[in-house]
Amino acid sequence: MNNATRGAASGFNTGRRNWGSFFFTGLTGAATALILAILVIILGNITWMGWEALSWRFVLAGTEQDMFDVNKAGVMPMIVGTTARVILMTIFVIPVGVTTAVYLTEYAQPTSLTTRVIRGAVNNLAGVPSIVFGLFGLGFFISFVGSHMDELLHSSLEAPVWGKPALLWASMTLAVMTLPVVIVATEESLKAIAPGLREASLALGATKLQTIVKIVLPQALPGIMTGGILAVGRAAGEVAPILFTGAAYYMASLPHSLSDQFMDLGYHVFILSTQSPNIDQTRPILYATVLVLLILTFALNVVAILVRAKVRRRLRAAN
Amino acid sequence: MPSSNTKPQNSSPPVIDVRDLDLYYGLNQALKEINITLQEKQVTAFIGPSGCGKSTLLRCFNRMNDLIDGVRVSGSIRIAGHNIYDRSVDVIELRKLVGMVFQKSNPFPKSIHENIAYGLRLHGMKSRSEIDDVVESSLRSAALWDEVKDRLHASALVLSGGQQQRLCIARAIAIRPEIILMDEPASALDPIATAKIEELILELKKRFTILIVTHNMQQAARISDRTAFFYLGELIEYDTTSKIFTNPGRKQTEDYVTGRFG
Repeated sequence: MNNATRGAASGFNTGRRNWGSFFFTGLTGAATALILAILVIILGNITWMGWEALSWRFVLAGTEQDMFDVNKAGVMPMIVGTTARVILMTIFVIPVGVTTAVYLTEYAQPTSLTTRVIRGAVNNLAGVPSIVFGLFGLGFFISFVGSHMDELLHSSLEAPVWGKPALLWASMTLAVMTLPVVIVATEESLKAIAPGLREASLALGATKLQTIVKIVLPQALPGIMTGGILAVGRAAGEVAPILFTGAAYYMASLPHSLSDQFMDLGYHVFILSTQSPNIDQTRPILYATVLVLLILTFALNVVAILVRAKVRRRLRAAN
Repeated sequence: MPSSNTKPQNSSPPVIDVRDLDLYYGLNQALKEINITLQEKQVTAFIGPSGCGKSTLLRCFNRMNDLIDGVRVSGSIRIAGHNIYDRSVDVIELRKLVGMVFQKSNPFPKSIHENIAYGLRLHGMKSRSEIDDVVESSLRSAALWDEVKDRLHASALVLSGGQQQRLCIARAIAIRPEIILMDEPASALDPIATAKIEELILELKKRFTILIVTHNMQQAARISDRTAFFYLGELIEYDTTSKIFTNPGRKQTEDYVTGRFG
C-alpha cells in the first residue's frame, strides 16, 4: 500500500497493521510447513537411502540364501504376503462393515439403546491399540475358532492346521481393526443420499430391501470405496495385529493356502532392524524394504482410487 | 362439521372414501376426523395454509406415512371398496395402484430410460421390448417424449427441473396406477414449466384420478374439479372448485381463497 492510498483511506484505516491476524497467519503457515517438512524428510531420507539397494533382483528375490546380505536378499515373498493379507482383509471387512452401516442408517431407530450401544462400540473399536487386536486375534481366531476347526475337521492330525498363525487369521484380525473406518465411511455416504430417492422408490412399490439394494447402495458405492481405501491405508503398514496371527520370520515358499503363514514387509523391516548380525551390511536393504512398503501401499491406494473414479464416472453417466 | 359432510352431487362413482380419519404424530394430532369422498377421473385439490394437514392426508392414500416413526392412524380409507389400513392390505400392491409425484422432483441418478424401467421391473416386467414400449408410451403421456427420445440413455439429472418433474410423472404412470397423488408438483418450477405440468394434469385426468396438494390458489382454480380446504388438521370445506372460489360456504374458506390469511 503506497502513501497516497493510505492517506485517502485514512478515514477508516488507522495505519496500524492487524498484528494478531498477521501473527496467526504466520503461525498456521508455519505449522503447515512443519508437517510438509517432516513428510519430505521422511520420504526423502527413505528414498535416498533405499534407492541404491532397490533393484529388480531385490524385488524379485526371496531370502533363501541370506536374509541380511544386501547382495543376496530380496523381498518378493513379503510383497506377496502383504498384498495377500490386505486384499483378503478388504474382502472380509467390506461386507461386514457395509451391512452394519446399512443396519445403523436404514433399519435401526437412531435414538434406541441398541443403536447407541453399537455406535459406542464402533467408536471404541477405533480407539483400541493395534497390538490389542493382535492379541484378540490370537485368543479368539487362533486359540478358539482355529482350534475348534481342527477338532472338527482334522482330528486325526497331530499338528494344528487352523489352530496356529495363518494368512486367514491375520487378514481377519486386520478386518476387525479396520471395521470402524468402513462403517463410518459407509454411514456418511448413506446419509448423504437424498431422502427423496428412497421415497421415490418406495412410492413405486419397491420394498425396503429393493430400495436399499437397487437405489441406495449403488449411490453409496464411491463412499464405501473411500472406506475401503482408508482401511487399506491403515492396514498395509500395520505389524502389531499380524505379529501373533500370521506373520512369519522366514518361509521357504510362498503361502499357497489360507492356513499358511506368510512373510510381511512391515514385519520384515522389524526383523532387519533388530535381528541382523551386521547392521551396516543390512542397512541398505532395510531402507529398500521400507521404500518397497511405501510404494506398495501407495500403489494399492492408487488402484483403489482409480477404480473409485471409474465408478463415480459411471454413476454420473448413469447407465 | 356442516359442509364437509354434504355429499357432492356428481354422477361418477366415488373411488376414495375417507371416514373418521384421525392421524397422530406421537401425541400431536395432525388430522382430525376427516370425512371426504373423492370422485373418479377428476382432479381434487387440497388447499390450506402450511401445517394444515393436507400433505399428511395425501400421504395417507399410499401409506407413505407408515415410514415415519410414531405415526398412528385410526378411521378408514376405502379405495375401490377396500380399507387400505386393513391388516391384510399389501402396501406394495397399494402403491402400484396409487402412484405419487413429490414436491421436489426426485428422478433416480440413472438414465431416463432406467428411471421408468425401474418400476416396471419391480413389478415383474422382464421383456426388453415390452419395457421399451411402456417407456415410450409413458414419456408420451407425460409430454416428454419429443424432448428426450434421442437421449433415453442419458442421465436423468441433465434434464431441466420441469423435465425432471415430468419424468417423475412418467415414472409414476408407467406402472398403470388408478390414482396419482401430487404433492405440490409445480412449487419449485418456473411459470412456463408450471404451465406445462398443469396442461399435463388436465390431460391425465381423462385416465387417472388425481389428488393434488397446492399452495397456489390460481393453480387449484385452473386445474381442479373439486377443492378441499383444510385448516389446523380439519377439513373445513369440500365442494366443486367453482363453488369454493366464488361462493364458499364458510368464512374461513373465503378468507383463505381471497388471500386474507394463510
